Amino acid sequence: MLHAEVVVQRGEFTLDVAVHVAPGEVVAVLGRNGSGKSTLLNAVAGLLRPDRGRIALGDRVLTDTATGMVLPPHQRRIGLLAQQPLLFPHLSVLDNVAFGPLATGTSRREARQAALQHLTEVDAAQFAARRPGQLSGGQAQRVALARALASQPELLLLDEPLSAVDVEYAPALRSLLQTVLADRVALIVTHQVIDALMLADQVVVLDAGLLVEQGPTREVLTRPRSTFAARLAGLNLVTGIVTASGLLADDGTELSGQHGYPAAGTAAVAVFTPAAVSVYVDPPKGSPRNVIPDRVEAIEPNGTLVRVRGASGLAADITPAAAVELGLHTNAQVWFVVKATEVAIYPQHPKASSNDAAIPNRDAPPHAGPQISRR
Amino acid sequence: MLWLPALMAFALIVLPVIGLVVRAPWSRFGALVTSPSALAALELSLRTAAVSTLLCVLLGGPLAAVLARGTLPGLRLLRSVVLLPLVLPPVVGGLALLYLLGVSGFAGYVLDVAFGVRVPFTTTAVILAQTFVAMPFLVVSLEGALRTGEQRYESIAATLGARPWTVFRRITVPLVLPGLGSGTVLSFARCLGEFGATIAFAGSLQGVTRTLPLEVYLQREVDADGAIALSLLLVVVAIVVIVVGRPRSAEGLR
Repeated sequence: MLHAEVVVQRGEFTLDVAVHVAPGEVVAVLGRNGSGKSTLLNAVAGLLRPDRGRIALGDRVLTDTATGMVLPPHQRRIGLLAQQPLLFPHLSVLDNVAFGPLATGTSRREARQAALQHLTEVDAAQFAARRPGQLSGGQAQRVALARALASQPELLLLDEPLSAVDVEYAPALRSLLQTVLADRVALIVTHQVIDALMLADQVVVLDAGLLVEQGPTREVLTRPRSTFAARLAGLNLVTGIVTASGLLADDGTELSGQHGYPAAGTAAVAVFTPAAVSVYVDPPKGSPRNVIPDRVEAIEPNGTLVRVRGASGLAADITPAAAVELGLHTNAQVWFVVKATEVAIYPQHPKASSNDAAIPNRDAPPHAGPQISRR
Repeated sequence: MLWLPALMAFALIVLPVIGLVVRAPWSRFGALVTSPSALAALELSLRTAAVSTLLCVLLGGPLAAVLARGTLPGLRLLRSVVLLPLVLPPVVGGLALLYLLGVSGFAGYVLDVAFGVRVPFTTTAVILAQTFVAMPFLVVSLEGALRTGEQRYESIAATLGARPWTVFRRITVPLVLPGLGSGTVLSFARCLGEFGATIAFAGSLQGVTRTLPLEVYLQREVDADGAIALSLLLVVVAIVVIVVGRPRSAEGLR
């Protein structure tokens, strides 16, 4: 669907990546600030001319520096949802959403009808008559999403769409994005692992302008091959199925946690930070907390703390003093303990779990179909 | 702590105007402001200020766009040069115009020989002088509006499928309208009050170059009451300009 090979030189910084998005697929570009994520999006949107590269969407060539061809943004049929909603302040919410259809020749009446439909899709129809200034950040971002959808783009670009939204509102918006993106083609740029986890089929990890890792979302996030991706993920992930009280992990462990959205029986992931995990060398007794038996695979410094990695992939951050006191060593039997209040349970991206069988062998070259390759 | 100096600043602005009102010859006011010379000056002032303001918009608008959006290396220097009429004493500006467009000036000489056109001491000279002093007001206001992130809205509009002309019409213009409005109002007010550059470059011929400020100055020599009455007329016009022009432009749309 989208094939983008982009080289952009900005002083010392070089962005040099190739990203491919298959039909019906959502690809997340993960990376820290300054890793070149937004530059890549701007090049795809046509807002920035790459120094070298070729970008094609379906059978249309959008950018080809070899022939000097750069299609202007308005002819690309690529929608953009930016960090800030950027609703046009002089237009009502309805007219904001109707702007796209109207600008491409739809009649005023039909444009407004379409706008209302898309506002309903994002559950914002009640704001139709309001001015953008009268909306909260989260509401405005929902309207911005409706506006991007109303122009019926073949590809949707999302540039950190949740980073400017209030913390308490982000989960609801993330669920909405999950619904909306389910049958669309999208490239989403984010530095939040949870965004990739919930929204994307494939993940591309960028560091300093270069692609360092790629693959199916769960594969990359749960078993990061590069230390960079691991540090970026920085989270414990346990996959399983939602139960009434929490999550039944794939290996049979029962985890209690906080969840509001997933219904029991759906595939989900429990997410918690290594800092929330304490380590015991004897099985803790009579504890209401989550206890996961594991075997120490690695002990490594992590800032001022010590990171204890289990064979299952779980990690705990403890103080050096505690590590010494526990007498930890590789292969030691341990029990990881985490409070239920520290465990967040999220629905898994619908396609991520069904893709399990298709996860290629790590050492094998990327197979045909959805793939992302390093140039 | 801030109240006292703030009050003094406000008093400095308001008290002189009140002094003018108190001292005004109210019994003869009507007759004074409707005298033929006063009416001629008022009409000339409004006419030239309108034309000058239009010139400011037509020429200063594109200049502001270039300064705000251009990528030329010397743009910062250019931006400072545009402010020159703002800080230059107007009478110096008038003299500069005279030595450019006067019969002995190089541009004036060419105009005179090639087309038989002489600019100084004509209504055209009044308009040029006013445009010269008022241009920075428009350019600065509009450039400010153009630089405060409107480009991001334009980019979004483009990704929604809008052609550049549609983006300009439906996004850029409405968004910079407040800046353009306040710039236009300020320019018009500056044109209306223009004195130094006008008298140096255009002189003081009744009905041709004698605008209201010049008439006020002239009247003061012969009839102080007349000068005060005309001054009040300028105050009223200024207040009308601010009241009509300010609310939408200064508060903006957001």
